[in-house]
Amino acid sequence: MDKPSIAVHKFSSCDGCQLAFLNAGEDLLKLAGLVDIRHFLEAGVADEYARVDIAFVEGSVSTTDELTRIQRVRGCSRYLVTLGACATAGGLQALRNLDGSNTAWKHAVYAQPGFIHTLDQAEPVSAHVKVDFELWGCPVNGRQVLAAVQQLLFGVAPLEQRDKVCMECKRQHATCVMVTEGRPCLGPVTRTGCGALCPRFGRDCYACFGPAENPNTAALSRRLEGLGLAPADVARRFLFINSHAPAFNEAGRQHYRQGFSDD
Amino acid sequence: MDDNGFLPRQALQTLLDVLRRQGYRTIGPVVQDSVVQYRDIDATDQLPSGWTDDQAPGRYRLTHVDSPRCFAWATGAQALKPHLFHAREVLWSARRDDTGRLAFSEQEPDVRRLAVIGARACDLAALNLQDRHFLHTINDPYYAAKRQGLFVVAVHCAYPADTCFCASTGDGPRAKQGFDLALSELDDGFIVEIGSERGRAIAAQLPLLATTGEQVREATDAITEAANRQFRQLPSTHLRDTLFSRLQHPRWDDVAARCLACGNCTSVCPTCFCHAEHDDVELGGTASRHLREWDSCFSEGHGHLHGFNVRPNTHHRYRQWMTHKLGSWHDQYGRSGCVGCGRCITWCPVGIDITEEANAICAGDLPQEGSP
Amino acid sequence: MNHYLPREAQIVARTEESPNTFSLHLQLTDAAPYSFAPGQFNMLYLYGSGEVPISIVSGSAEDGVLVHTIRALGRITKGLSALRVGDRIGLRGPYGRGWPMRAAEEHDLIIVTGGLGCAPAVSIIHHVLMHRERYGHLSILQGVKHTDDLIWREQYDAWAGLPDVEVLLAADVAEPGWRGHVGLVTALFDQLSLRAGQTVAMLCGPELMMRAAAQDLHERGLAADAIHLSMERNMQCAVGHCGHCQFGGHFVCRDGPVFAWPQVRELLGVRGF
Ligand SMILES: Cc1cc2nc3c(=O)[nH]c(=O)nc-3n(C[C@H](O)[C@H](O)[C@H](O)COP(=O)(O)OP(=O)(O)OC[C@H]3O[C@@H](n4cnc5c(N)ncnc54)[C@H](O)[C@@H]3O)c2cc1C
Ligand code: SF4
Ligand code: SF4
Ligand code: SF4
Ligand code: SF4
Ligand code: FES
Repeated sequence: MDKPSIAVHKFSSCDGCQLAFLNAGEDLLKLAGLVDIRHFLEAGVADEYARVDIAFVEGSVSTTDELTRIQRVRGCSRYLVTLGACATAGGLQALRNLDGSNTAWKHAVYAQPGFIHTLDQAEPVSAHVKVDFELWGCPVNGRQVLAAVQQLLFGVAPLEQRDKVCMECKRQHATCVMVTEGRPCLGPVTRTGCGALCPRFGRDCYACFGPAENPNTAALSRRLEGLGLAPADVARRFLFINSHAPAFNEAGRQHYRQGFSDD
Repeated sequence: MDDNGFLPRQALQTLLDVLRRQGYRTIGPVVQDSVVQYRDIDATDQLPSGWTDDQAPGRYRLTHVDSPRCFAWATGAQALKPHLFHAREVLWSARRDDTGRLAFSEQEPDVRRLAVIGARACDLAALNLQDRHFLHTINDPYYAAKRQGLFVVAVHCAYPADTCFCASTGDGPRAKQGFDLALSELDDGFIVEIGSERGRAIAAQLPLLATTGEQVREATDAITEAANRQFRQLPSTHLRDTLFSRLQHPRWDDVAARCLACGNCTSVCPTCFCHAEHDDVELGGTASRHLREWDSCFSEGHGHLHGFNVRPNTHHRYRQWMTHKLGSWHDQYGRSGCVGCGRCITWCPVGIDITEEANAICAGDLPQEGSP
Repeated sequence: MNHYLPREAQIVARTEESPNTFSLHLQLTDAAPYSFAPGQFNMLYLYGSGEVPISIVSGSAEDGVLVHTIRALGRITKGLSALRVGDRIGLRGPYGRGWPMRAAEEHDLIIVTGGLGCAPAVSIIHHVLMHRERYGHLSILQGVKHTDDLIWREQYDAWAGLPDVEVLLAADVAEPGWRGHVGLVTALFDQLSLRAGQTVAMLCGPELMMRAAAQDLHERGLAADAIHLSMERNMQCAVGHCGHCQFGGHFVCRDGPVFAWPQVRELLGVRGF
């Protein structure tokens, strides 16, 4: 039987998620033996529209050119898996969606804005084509990516992890920074997958894996305010890496309006 | 020898030494990451002398005072649960060869001996409930192996936190069962009580002095006072029937609006036993480890049936937690699943207090139509 | 003994029951003995992916073959559906308490199923037919949403042709030419000639259907504890440890999946349990 083929595509992004592949080290070599890598620019393989079994897409759809590319990528892949916050939820770029000022910025920043073909909104891949599986994170967790790949190689849907970071935080025996230090942790509304990395290092979670299932952002917002955060700061907590994810967008906007309207 | 004796403070090290000579790994309370946690210790100067805890709903702070006492705090981040029922552990592994044959191999249970110093009455009451869950029906070999090697040095509690209510559940502050040795801490040393034959054998190797009546009185008074200082309590009605007759109480919606469904309460609760199983397969697919890890009735997966979730929202999940903990636990193990340690109150990021919620739900007359 | 450890089983035959339902005929590859009672289930392990609880539908384990009929719905069941004869999986069991087949001897039996081809009920029918002389009249009532959802049609037809067996079908939505009832399965009770004191009912399907059926049969004179039903909850361990299958104070995996109605009546159909 032929080896399954994969491609890794880059859209608007920082390449950090592709690095999760490249940093897999020994596992990457192993993976290279298991699959046929058809397209992966960071690894020096280029055949953009080769037919593949699994296409990984990093980055949001932010330019007119990307609009057509994402359709072609979808057209030549059996499974499409988004890789990281940008592809899954729009990422940091989607911050520009918040106040619709894309055109104004373009004119302010670039000498010849006519050459900049950005869309008004930076959007997740799923806004344009069907996505079979989403891997969250900024960046993704390499182990999680490889586990998903292995399940797909088995022909089985990867296990979706939608629980809250708190669950993993406790399994890792990290000390809760909200309870012991009053830090504004977003773990209670954020999807696990990172292994509770930040709390393990005494930091509050900043929600880079996006919303967990059943996130009670209203209750957490009240708690953050109780810890002394001003509405604008509460908004910033939600409107950061995954500002375009509906649960965070809604929670953030509520405080954003309050916090910034009189600025 | 009598069933108690006095161990001068400077001789506490001997207890650790004796246990270690007997092949025990010794763990005890240490201050780490701003909280008291059980960690490996081999010297008494690692103990949290002078540290005391200040706990409130959603809040835990340690303060240092000038005192030689090492056990002047109430409860740490976790009870004994993580040492017997691991947060994540491999149950078995499977290998698949080129022809597709599968071979299963059991994970060797961890049979190392472990001595824990500083367990509280509530910890031991919870241990007893976990024993019943993991051992008394169908034997769990992983829990059993660790349990068999456990030696418990309890400390009677003289410093309850504001979140504690073990007196209300009847589980503390005096450790009544489940220990090999129990200590009462005084400024200059410890009254050592013997709780088992294993404990007696260890005590025989300690430089114990005879206790004085004064010492015993001081220790007893401290425990009585610890009980009196607790102000939280669970409703005194028959909780099981009351809760199940109030499944439609409006308070469930009220608490669901505040609750994050984050599972911190169940994770720190020393009696919660829920776990999920997963496979962790090696890339390439020739070997797979089958693990279990702590799960919670606050998570989506707990109630997942294909195409249907038994507990889709927080209202159902909070109700499951409380009706199980304080209600159907009676059906399963003949008593409430709460030992009054207060951890779920302290470690809830939004400070939801199970005693307050239970009192609100059980207060007053039954709603007119109690059944759904 | 380690109750968590699966044994290896090989697929010796596979049959297709409907476009998304298939049966795996499994044989354990080791020589250790295996026996089960109708209504019990096994945990089937798809290598590298996970385990699912699946009822045993065969009448007995005498020929060493255990039949499992599976609907391909999610991760694991779809993965299992890709397996072929000769492939190997893990199997541990049997678990739980099955139907009260011994207590039901000398009684008439009413089997009520709802939803899609209720596997736990099929094991009862196989058992009764294997020991026909021990049981009285057998009524099989099957309700489905749409007639397309009926599986094992030929089998039901064959059972209908046996002496002292009646098969009654109901569908919420019927295909043209449907000769069964249109509507709820409980409406079929009117067609039964019930001997209340000598009948045992066994129910399997959606909880609201079971709740309504149990109540109805009770009103028709069946004693509450002559009504039994099979429950379904998320299951991880199957041995009463993981807590996922709890239904009030019951562990469905260990105390069930089959319960007498009075045991579960308090919470049956209550959202959230
Ligand atoms: C006692 C019992 C007997 C059963 N007998 C049969 C049978 O004979 N034939 C059949 O087709 N199905 C049966 N089921 C249902 C079957 O177990 C589920 O359809 C199956 O677990 C779905 O798994 P999945 O991975 O494909 O679905 P997903 O939706 O991807 O589920 C993910 C995981 O959740 C759990 N889960 C999901 N649905 C259920 C469920 N309904 N019950 C228990 N756990 C679940 C499993 O661990 C599963 O792997 C039975 C369930 C129980 C409890
Ligand atoms: S530190 Fe954050 S993620 Fe961890 S338990 Fe506390 S709130 Fe949850
Ligand atoms: S319910 Fe709360 S107070 Fe009671 S034992 Fe569990 S964590 Fe402790
Ligand atoms: S169901 Fe909830 S309350 Fe009960 S043991 Fe499990 S996690 Fe704890
Ligand atoms: S009660 Fe508190 S700790 Fe428990 S799930 Fe709700 S918010 Fe989390
Ligand atoms: S399936 Fe684990 S307790 Fe029932």
